[in-house]
This record gives sequence, structure tokens and C-alpha cells, in this order.
Amino acid sequence: MPLLEVRDLRAGYGAIIAVKGISLDVNEGEIVTLIGSNGAGKSTTLRAISGVIRPRGGQVTFAGQRIDRLQPHAIVRLGLSHVPEGRGIFHSLSVYENLLMGAYTRDDAIQADLERVYHLFPRLKERLDQPGGTLSGGEQQMLAIGRALMARPRLLLLDEPSMGLSPVLVETIFETIQAIRREGATVLLVEQNALMALEIADRAYVIESGEITLSGTGPALSRDDAVRRAYLGEA
Amino acid sequence: MHPALTLSVSFWSDQFVNGLTTGSIYALIALGYTMVYGVLKMINFAHGEVFMLGSFAGYGALVVMGGNDLSGPVIALAILGAIIVAMAASVSASVVIERLAYRPLRNAPRLAPLISAIGVSIFLQYLVLEQTSARAKFYPDIFPRGSLSAGPFEITYIQLFLIASSVAMMALLYAIIQRTRLGRAIRAVAENPTNASLMGVDVNRTIVVVFILGAAMAGVAGVLYGLFFQTIRGSMGFIPGIKAFTAAVLGGIGSIPGAMAGGYVLGLAETVGRELLNELPGVSLGNQWRDVIAFTLLVTILIFRPTGIFAQRSTTRA
Repeated sequence: MPLLEVRDLRAGYGAIIAVKGISLDVNEGEIVTLIGSNGAGKSTTLRAISGVIRPRGGQVTFAGQRIDRLQPHAIVRLGLSHVPEGRGIFHSLSVYENLLMGAYTRDDAIQADLERVYHLFPRLKERLDQPGGTLSGGEQQMLAIGRALMARPRLLLLDEPSMGLSPVLVETIFETIQAIRREGATVLLVEQNALMALEIADRAYVIESGEITLSGTGPALSRDDAVRRAYLGEA
Repeated sequence: MHPALTLSVSFWSDQFVNGLTTGSIYALIALGYTMVYGVLKMINFAHGEVFMLGSFAGYGALVVMGGNDLSGPVIALAILGAIIVAMAASVSASVVIERLAYRPLRNAPRLAPLISAIGVSIFLQYLVLEQTSARAKFYPDIFPRGSLSAGPFEITYIQLFLIASSVAMMALLYAIIQRTRLGRAIRAVAENPTNASLMGVDVNRTIVVVFILGAAMAGVAGVLYGLFFQTIRGSMGFIPGIKAFTAAVLGGIGSIPGAMAGGYVLGLAETVGRELLNELPGVSLGNQWRDVIAFTLLVTILIFRPTGIFAQRSTTRA
């Protein structure tokens, strides 16, 4: 059974239905990416899975449990962490407090996890007492991912982690995503940077106007002509 | 024109101590306004009545425990008991108000919860006025008389107790907000409720906790007010309530240290400030002018510096 099973999910805002019945699976240990152009419904899909918006229809099952009627804080407790678009750093809390917020649901020892985050992102360790709002965009993205790891999630939803970052930082972030998977977490990655996403993904789904139009393994999709034309910038 | 102040040093130091006394009450109540605004961006205009209910509950507790017959060391225990009962009453009222009058309007236009708050305020005020036949009640006159002196300063025991316990409560609250997991959750919800929920924070529960903390402060303020001023009545929450709101605006609404400082600034402006104005030739402002000064300050701040007198940036919080 997949770790995350999405069936016929519909979601939107007000009168706008941005996600029109999509289905996807994420198996334990995989990196799965959801690619598509701006406004295709990628972020809305993640927001509906993590409970930020209530699905209009369909089913979301995580680790064998229906979660599509749960509130976000309850879903986090089941082991599903969502790093939202724009990173969601608390600007008025220090970097260290942001990391502690990541471990909010836990009551066991977190020191080892803090060390792991410092190891992944040494720059954060130098800035622990700074307010989150004073970090650069790249540092905020590191903090957002590090903070999500503090929850020890089984599944990590990442929304556009490469957005606004320099190519070098994008590289670092993608290496980190692979490192996270090696350590046992499962990743559902939403990206506009389809080239990078397909490179590290086991499987991928292409979303257009709120519907899944293509799916397959990462390498297969990156060879697909339609995908290359639409998302990889080839004529 | 007089080059120096005409009144004695001891007069001014008395005014200063009086300013700190009323300032303490304002600061304690202002915390409730500022914290609720922090998480809900809403002015809880029923908060003055939460303070009033606390004062009445504390009064009831003191009467039950013996009232004016209390004597000796038992008085300390009785006052502690009254404070606990007052906190419990204010907290209970506040939790019920949040659940019934505000939560159903969480996603309504911003004017709706504000009107609901004013409705709750009037309802509670007249409920208590009706129950007491609109008569004043008098706190038992049990607090030891006497005063301490230090240089030109003279402070009565009750003033010392009032200021010290207010400062202690505020220090406790500040430590909770800054140093605990709960406090971090509150600050996270104040900054961004959606992101806080993605960390696993139950936003609704956190909002209730904010009401509880604010109401606990107001309950303490209610007993301190009763012990100091002695006369309480159903309408007593109104003026201190909007004064405390003024204090919260002065300090920058949403800011906890701002509300504390704003309370003292307002208390001092009403006392020391009024007497300073009286030093001007031809000016003679009676006690009622305190309210004029307070609300002139409120309007001036709202027009010229709506983020408060201490704010560097509009995002400053915590």
C-alpha cells in the first residue's frame, strides 16, 4: 500500500476549482515530483493534502488513515510535514525558535535532530539567535527544510524549494532532498524547475489545469517529447 | 512666569507613585487587549467586563471568607484566595465569550466580531448592574495601613503590594511568552496562523489560551483595583477597559512589552502629566481631566503614530 494515496482529489478557493479530480500515489522511500506550469494546481494539491485547505471532494489516505477531513495540526502529528510555498519562516522568531517550532509535536529528545540540521546546513548554526526574517532567501529555504525535518516526518511535502534561489543554492537544496530520502524520509516535491526535479525523482506526475496529464518514472518523463517542449524549455 | 515647579518634591513623588499605581492596573488589563489583537487582529471590547467580573468574584470570595472580620496573617491568605477566585472567574467568562461570541464569527468581516464584543460588554455590564441593583459594593477594608518612605518617596503598603504583584504577574507572563513552548506557539500563531498549524499547533486551542492568559491578568487587576479603590460596581470595567485599550495602542497594539510600558506611560500622563499642565499659568485641571488627557493621547497616537510610540517597524512584536 502506498504511504500517500490521493484519489480523485478536488480542491479550490471560493468559486475557483484549481484541482479537478487528481489521483496520485507516493510509496515509502520514494521521491515523487509533481511538475506543471504556474497555476496548474500544484500548490493547491499540496495544500489540500496537508489540510491547509479543505478538499472539495475525493480521498486522501496517509499511512492507511483517511486524512482529508483532518485539520493541519492533526495531520502533522501523523508524520506529514508540509514546507509551504514562500517557506513559511516565522520572521519574528529566532532561527533556533523556528527549529523548535518544527519539533512542536514531539516530546522526546531533539538534540540529535538539531545536530543533523546543523550538519546539513552549517550556515543555520551560525545564525541561531537571529530573527528568521533577517535571513537571506536561501537561508530561509534551508531553515524551512531543516525545520520540517525537526518533526521527523515520514513524508515531506516541498513546495517550490528552488524558487528565487541562485543556481548554486538550488544544487545544494536538491542534494539535501536526496540526503533526506537516504535517511529514510519520503518526499513529494512540487517544482517549476522540472529539469532538476525529474533528475532526482523516482517517479513524476505532470499536472495541467488541475488534472494529471502524464505520469511515469523520472527518467522516462525527462525523455518525453511533450514534457521536454512544455517544461524543459526545448522547442 | 515661574522658572521652577511651584509644588513640593513630595507632592511630585506622590503623583509619581499614584501614576505607577493606576499604570499597573492599566498595564495588566492592556495585556489582554494586545494579546488577543496579536492572534485575532480584533479588539476584545468585552475585556473591561472580564476585569469587572474578576473584581466582583474577588469581592465575593473575600466576603465569604469573613470580610471585614478578617485579621492577622489570615488576611494574606484571604487575598491570595480572592485573587485565585477572581482569575478563575475572569478566565471562565473569557473562555465562554470566545466560544459563543467570537469563534462563530472568525471568518466574518472584521466589523462583526467587534460589534459582537461591544454587545457582550454591554450585556455583562447590565447583567451585573441588574444583579446588584446598580449599587456599589465595597471591598472589605482589610489591607494593613501604613507606608514606607525612601527619600522623597512615600508609598503605602497597598500601593506597594499592587505595583509589586502587577510587576510579578507581568514578569511571569513575559517569561511564558518568551521562554516556553506554549509562548512560542502563541507568537507563531500571532505571526501566521496557517504556518503555525503546519508545525502542528492547534490554532483554536492556542487562541483560547491567549484569552485565558489575558483574562487571568484582568482577574488579578480586578482584585488589586478593589483592594485599592474599594468601591466596585457593574459599570466599573468601562473606563479602565478603554484606558487599557489606550495603553495597548500607545505601546503598539499586538506588542506585549508595549502594552506594559503603555500602561505606565498612561498612568503617569494622567497624574504627573495633569499636574505638570496645572503648572502652566491660568491652567487648573481637576481630576476629571484625567480622562480627557488619556483620550486626547489615544486620538493623537492613532492619527500620528498608529503603530505606537515604541515601534520601530510595523512588524515588531513579541
